[in-house]
Amino acid sequence: MKTKAQTASIRHTGRATPYLFLAPYLLLFGTFVLLPALQGLWISLHDWDFLLPRRPWVGLRNYTTLFSPGSRDSGDFWQSMKATGLFTLFSVPPLVVVPLLVALLLNRQFPGRSFFRAVYFAPYVLGVAVVGLLWRFLLDPNIGLINHYLSATIPWTTALPWAWISLVGMTVWWTLGFNALIYLAGLQDIPRELYEAAKVDGATRSQQFLHVTLPGLKPVLLFVFTVTILNSANMFGQSFLVTQGAPGNETRTALMLIAETGLRDFRMGSAAAMSYVLALALLGVSALNFRLFRQEDS
Amino acid sequence: MPDSPFASELSRRRFMAWTLGAGASLALGGCERSSTPPSTPPGAQGTTGGKGYSGPSVTLAFWNGFTGGDGAYIRKIVEDFNKATPAIQVRMNIYPWANFFQKLAGAVISGQAPDVAVMHVDSIPTNAARNLITPIDDIAQALGLQESNFTSPVAWKGGIYKGRRYGIPLDLHPLGMFFNKAVLEKTGLNPDKPPQTGDEYMEALEQLKGHGIQGHWMSPFHFTGTFQFQSLLWQFGGDLFDKDVTQATFDSDAGVQAMTWMVELVKKGHSPENVAQDADVIALQNGQNAFNWNGIWQINALAEVPQLRWGVAPIPKIGTQPAVWGNSHQFVLPRQESPNPDRQAAARYFIQWMSQRSVDWLKSGKIPVLRSVAESPEFQAMKAQVEFAKQAPYIRIPPAVAGINEALALVDRAVNLSVLGKEPPAAALKSAAAQATQVVRYNREKYGD
Repeated sequence: MKTKAQTASIRHTGRATPYLFLAPYLLLFGTFVLLPALQGLWISLHDWDFLLPRRPWVGLRNYTTLFSPGSRDSGDFWQSMKATGLFTLFSVPPLVVVPLLVALLLNRQFPGRSFFRAVYFAPYVLGVAVVGLLWRFLLDPNIGLINHYLSATIPWTTALPWAWISLVGMTVWWTLGFNALIYLAGLQDIPRELYEAAKVDGATRSQQFLHVTLPGLKPVLLFVFTVTILNSANMFGQSFLVTQGAPGNETRTALMLIAETGLRDFRMGSAAAMSYVLALALLGVSALNFRLFRQEDS
Repeated sequence: MPDSPFASELSRRRFMAWTLGAGASLALGGCERSSTPPSTPPGAQGTTGGKGYSGPSVTLAFWNGFTGGDGAYIRKIVEDFNKATPAIQVRMNIYPWANFFQKLAGAVISGQAPDVAVMHVDSIPTNAARNLITPIDDIAQALGLQESNFTSPVAWKGGIYKGRRYGIPLDLHPLGMFFNKAVLEKTGLNPDKPPQTGDEYMEALEQLKGHGIQGHWMSPFHFTGTFQFQSLLWQFGGDLFDKDVTQATFDSDAGVQAMTWMVELVKKGHSPENVAQDADVIALQNGQNAFNWNGIWQINALAEVPQLRWGVAPIPKIGTQPAVWGNSHQFVLPRQESPNPDRQAAARYFIQWMSQRSVDWLKSGKIPVLRSVAESPEFQAMKAQVEFAKQAPYIRIPPAVAGINEALALVDRAVNLSVLGKEPPAAALKSAAAQATQVVRYNREKYGD
């Protein structure tokens, strides 16, 4: 029991307390996210090479070029946006569904459960370089293990749609453990009584899944869905390492183009402008996503 | 701005430069932004341009991108240097080339630049224009180096940007033709006399095809599809850009001829479709193909494959004149925020020592740039390298223009689309060249070439 004086003192000093707790995070957020983001905006209005003394102001030109067909960057940029969009479209459904199935399986009682949980999560701890190298050996059209065992010559990394199948497949293998883990935590949060009550009412397994499990997972689903979309839209390493953007530039994602423009060609202004257009697009997708889930609520 | 600390720094440098009579033409452009020191720091301050070193003990940082098999060779040479020259100890860092340039830029502007570095000759103009490396004419002068000392004019001239020398050549590494002797023998071809003309080459491929062998796997990637395309483009009399590098010209008739030849190999079944990165050279090792036009750096990789009988030859003359893609590693001196005369002198001595002893380096699969080294018995004993060196007089490299690699990336795309059969050669080359022209024009404005 607190005395009145204690409560009062907490209330008194309490005004600052939340901000003090937030301060370390805000400091880091401000220094490493907010300030760079603002500086990026500033950079995007210049023809910017951080090593050259002359960084002429170009206003919105870096943005308008992206929207004028035939300019140096517009074709490449929209092709890369399309690649990012396609990858997101192909990879999000399996990355939302497959981990859910895995989580449902791993949530059951069976011998060796911890082992299998570890097995499914294990690839996630690998770096993209390792994953990329590994799959390059497996997928190589001419000398790869997969074609060897299939006795086929499928162009896994050099032709469409195979390149997309490879990229999505390896990404699902690599990252499904993370989503499965989130689902598992969500599944264990669903009160057992609900299942018992459903059983008493004579609900079948699939009815239990539809009417107890899914609604119980809803906040988790929203999280998984949003995070997976954002992660997929940020795909870079897999394309860079496995397909090198081939065939042509078909699998060169937006992030890969931005990295090339900014870090290889040293055109930070254009790269920053591209980043902002990508960020805006993602903001739009996320907003739409939240709205969809909210509408279902009401 | 006489009161600013920078002005006094500048005048100090100018004073030293004048009194020593070196690097008198300090770029005064540094005044524009106080954080950018003059783009041309004084050269050999009180040094002999690398002829010798008599200063106090120093430790030098040496950066390069020899992440492959050649890393072991450069390490050995640096160890030898450290043993031979106790006063100068060299610490080496090896970064992948892709990261190397980003790291170098960061290191230079934060005052942590390495004392010496190695980079490719086609990266020199960009890095010189971006003020990351400094002119080293004094080394060439002190050592009496001139074009006639070199096996290939391009390696020597390529180190020059806007009239000043930034690179001292270490080696050349051209494309060449590797062949699998067992496969040639098995299919009735002479393993000691590989084809050297276009007609001979096609005949050999046909004969291989008769035995069910796809003789020449065509890579759609930079390694080595683009190198092959560039070689053929030059062989057919074309060039990547016009003389002043204001326009990309690789979509010329010569370019279309070159690319068509490459695509025909796939269409006629001499190459599988969709060859993956490095699959061509692995297929050579496995006896799945007979010929592979690859970089000289593959010598040691092939030498490690047990029981593989292989040979090398210059790439065949498919077009009307001999030409082959090549590149050159060059020593450069990164710009120092606060130059230390002793270290600068030591770095120059290190470059001089290394370039004179490049014969050890050539074992890693390179050909010499210095005639004296090329003629030495030690080099003549390196059988495979000697074959590659026959191409030295006609090795071609990209033009010395800042930002050129951005434009060359578009050649990669044209090669990829053509060889994968996505677009006909003429169309793929035309759109890539149009974009490359935009790139070189933009760069000209940006770097003021």
